[in-house]
Amino acid sequence: MIIDWGFLLGRLSLDALPDNIVTVLGALGGLFGVLLIVGLLTVTRRWSWLWKTWITSLDPKKIGVMYLVVAGIMLLRGLADVVMMRVQQALFATNGAGPIDADMFQQVFSAHGTIMIFFVAMGIIFGLINLIVPLQIGARDVAFPLLNSISFWLFFAGMALMNVSLAVGEFSTAGWLAYPPLSGLEYSPGTGVDYWIWALQIAGIGSLLSGVNFLVTIFTMRRKGMTPMKMPIFVWSVIGSMLLVVFAFPILTATLGMLTLDRTIETHFFTSDLGGNPMMYVNLIWAWGHPEVYILALPAFGVFSEIVPVFSRKRLFGYTSMVWALMAIAVLSFTVWLHHFFTMGAGANVNAFFGIMTMIIAIPTGVKVFNWLFTMFRGRISFKTPMLWFMGFITTFTIGGVTGVLLAVPGIDFQVHNSLFLVAHFHNMIIGGVVFGAFAALAYWWPKLTGFRLHEGLGVAAFWSWLVGFVLAFGPLYILGLMGAARRLDHYDASLGWQGLFVVAGVGVMIILLGVFFQVLQLAYSIWKRDELRVGTDPWDGRTLEWSTSTPIAEYNFAALDAVEQRDAFWAMKSSHVREEATKFSDIRIPKNSGFGPGIAAVAFVGAFAVIWYMWWLAAVALVVTIVLAICAGMREDVERTITAEQVAAIEKKLWRTRRA
Amino acid sequence: MSVQEEALEEKRLLSKTSVGFWLYLMTDCLLFATLFATFAVLRDATAGGPAGRDIYEMPLVLAETLILLTSSFACGLALIAMTQKNIRQVLIGLGVTFVLGATFLFIEVSEFTKLISEGHGPQTSAFLSAFFTLVGTHGLHVFIGLLWLSVLAYTIWRRGITSKLTRQLTLFGLFWHFLDLIWIFVFTVVYMMGVVR
Amino acid sequence: MTIQRYIMGFALSLALTLVAYFLVIDNAAHPLILVILGILAITQLAVQLMYFLHLGDEVGPRLKQLSFWFMALILIIVVVGSIWIMNNLNERMMHFSPAEKTKFMLTEYDKGF
Repeated sequence: MIIDWGFLLGRLSLDALPDNIVTVLGALGGLFGVLLIVGLLTVTRRWSWLWKTWITSLDPKKIGVMYLVVAGIMLLRGLADVVMMRVQQALFATNGAGPIDADMFQQVFSAHGTIMIFFVAMGIIFGLINLIVPLQIGARDVAFPLLNSISFWLFFAGMALMNVSLAVGEFSTAGWLAYPPLSGLEYSPGTGVDYWIWALQIAGIGSLLSGVNFLVTIFTMRRKGMTPMKMPIFVWSVIGSMLLVVFAFPILTATLGMLTLDRTIETHFFTSDLGGNPMMYVNLIWAWGHPEVYILALPAFGVFSEIVPVFSRKRLFGYTSMVWALMAIAVLSFTVWLHHFFTMGAGANVNAFFGIMTMIIAIPTGVKVFNWLFTMFRGRISFKTPMLWFMGFITTFTIGGVTGVLLAVPGIDFQVHNSLFLVAHFHNMIIGGVVFGAFAALAYWWPKLTGFRLHEGLGVAAFWSWLVGFVLAFGPLYILGLMGAARRLDHYDASLGWQGLFVVAGVGVMIILLGVFFQVLQLAYSIWKRDELRVGTDPWDGRTLEWSTSTPIAEYNFAALDAVEQRDAFWAMKSSHVREEATKFSDIRIPKNSGFGPGIAAVAFVGAFAVIWYMWWLAAVALVVTIVLAICAGMREDVERTITAEQVAAIEKKLWRTRRA
Repeated sequence: MSVQEEALEEKRLLSKTSVGFWLYLMTDCLLFATLFATFAVLRDATAGGPAGRDIYEMPLVLAETLILLTSSFACGLALIAMTQKNIRQVLIGLGVTFVLGATFLFIEVSEFTKLISEGHGPQTSAFLSAFFTLVGTHGLHVFIGLLWLSVLAYTIWRRGITSKLTRQLTLFGLFWHFLDLIWIFVFTVVYMMGVVR
Repeated sequence: MTIQRYIMGFALSLALTLVAYFLVIDNAAHPLILVILGILAITQLAVQLMYFLHLGDEVGPRLKQLSFWFMALILIIVVVGSIWIMNNLNERMMHFSPAEKTKFMLTEYDKGF
């Protein structure tokens, strides 16, 4: 009897390998990068070091760094996608020829959107939260350290899945939100949409768990005396953002789940026939999608609310109103989702309601802008890089906000929807808001985490490149959009005379790339010259608790947990001169390393890959292993280790001596 | 660490984990809310297939409801026995919970298989897709609950009631009561409102 | 967490379930039946939250209650909003055949964000 072993591979075959020259180059580049890293690790015998100090670590500071590294690499990949799109449009737009055909162009913009939102912006946000929140609330750890590691590795698994699609199979051509019926089985029978679904599903569950984790951390682990209205404003912004994660991501999980069912067992949620309703998908995905925008934006607001007072040497203007504005935005962001599909056919009443709600959300945002400006008013402002990023943010973000309110008017939206005007608007918000916020945060907190500053001159150069490049790249898109240029097209008719503006946009992207080059250079140069750039524990004259501990930061964050009495706790300590280095120590318990995070993520990756390629046996194995792993994780005993008081004393002595030297 | 500090630490841990688990339950509520909203929208999209009132067997649904409710009650009794450190009663309570939960699941699965064998599977119409997914997701939760419950009961039987098991049992209790709560709405929105004319 | 409270909750839930069931079986065509069913379900929700999940017993910062109410707010916004939007769309788009629906949605796909 001959058994057909074909079922072992499902629909995976040699056809899955890329045949397009651009994809081949991309896949080879990625493969080369991975091999290079593997080779380097093997040659320098760093595998066990990597496993023990990074992969299995439950220290939120290390997890935060890993998030940022992944996000940084993904930013480069997302930028590569941009370059492809803009080069295609600028040079080959007139006749539709060029290196990228229409199908590939669709894959590229789908990948660009997905990567930038899920694996860059979300990575940056969670990285920052991991690094800063425990320090700012004066805690030694997060509430559930193992869960935190699992979250990160699920994020990593989603990222890996997303990138594997480059080499094995294809990526979705259905845009970053994959509207059915285009994303349904009939129109996208390939693996692309499945890759998209599972990359998002896995990373999304990771984010959801992180959201729960950080809410509990902030709710229950604050330093004694730090009442809610004494928390640093960044922590408040994280509460807002994490509330949105916790209450919006389940909608994504369920919606993606239903799309999966439509594609695998042929149910009829979002099909056109047998009663299915594709509009319901659009409705649900935006009920998640709009809060998602604020999940990214709120922490960026928080970062700037920390930076502006420090660099203006004044306390934050209107702390209470800031807190209320954050919470108002958090709730209101759930009431505006229909503005993403004004033109789908809802009646005037519905459109008017959501249009008005959208305009209302501009009010708390405006409150924040004025609070920042009043904080600067009559302050002694020093324009270091973090503050420059703030200045860039406040101008671009305000322009983005104004165009946003324009788009909130249904009548105007009917004219400019589906155009490059819209593309320009949301890049204005995400780059001007989230990305600039991330760069400001990096420049601001870098010395705390490493003990040395980033090179100032290169940082300034990077800022100006980004700002100028941004204006050149997106200014033309506003104009083109108003003239009627639809988005997501690989070429436009030459007779329209738009070529010049596309060339300008392409030049803008190149200048942004120059900015990225300066940033990479800045990192490399600063690490190389770290001894010259070395600074103390509190280089900016900070106001919040993270600046009160040693640099580099001990794995337990704080040796002593003194009560907090005021908002801007560290500032208060400094001005009342009560700050002394702790001399009496007690035992500190911290969590042991654990391989469950990477383990569960690996299984999730394999399981998702199996489902994408219809290898059902492998999916079943992965499911069983997941259950076993979950049971084992639940039964873990002896999960902490103790650092004795003497050891703490020794570590502290060493850390604080490094600072003085 | 002194006994007092240990107890304080334990209390802090319990409140931390129960708040965390509660937040997870809130996320689950929204997951179900999404499915409920979809069900509500697709309720009448029967596409020539059967409507709810044609296929529901109401006496069985009532039985399911009462069984799950009693199971929730039994779980509560096990929790009370836990605070009194009465291992025997805890195990009996959990045993009853398990048997009732498994019966519930059995009825649901046989309802599903019957529908599918009659040609009313989830592929038939949007309404049936939504019906199977909503009710099935609840069933899946019950199944996970049963798995969790058996692991817990086994460890309690082997190790007695440790502080860690107390914590986990408290969380399980929340989970099980929560599933009953969701079922109230499945019962009302899917079944009862489905037979209203 | 006493046994009396559990028994109380159990009895109330039992009663509410049975009342709802027999109301529907006997008066399935009554115009107010949907409203009554809704009220009964929400009452039972409250009963189980209080007696089984002990929502009101929290001391200190009422994190569970706060998060519950916040969740309830979002849930209502999302569910009621979705139903409102979708009913409105259905009403206005009812004339669509599956083929027309497909064509409409394929042009719609470009408009996201």
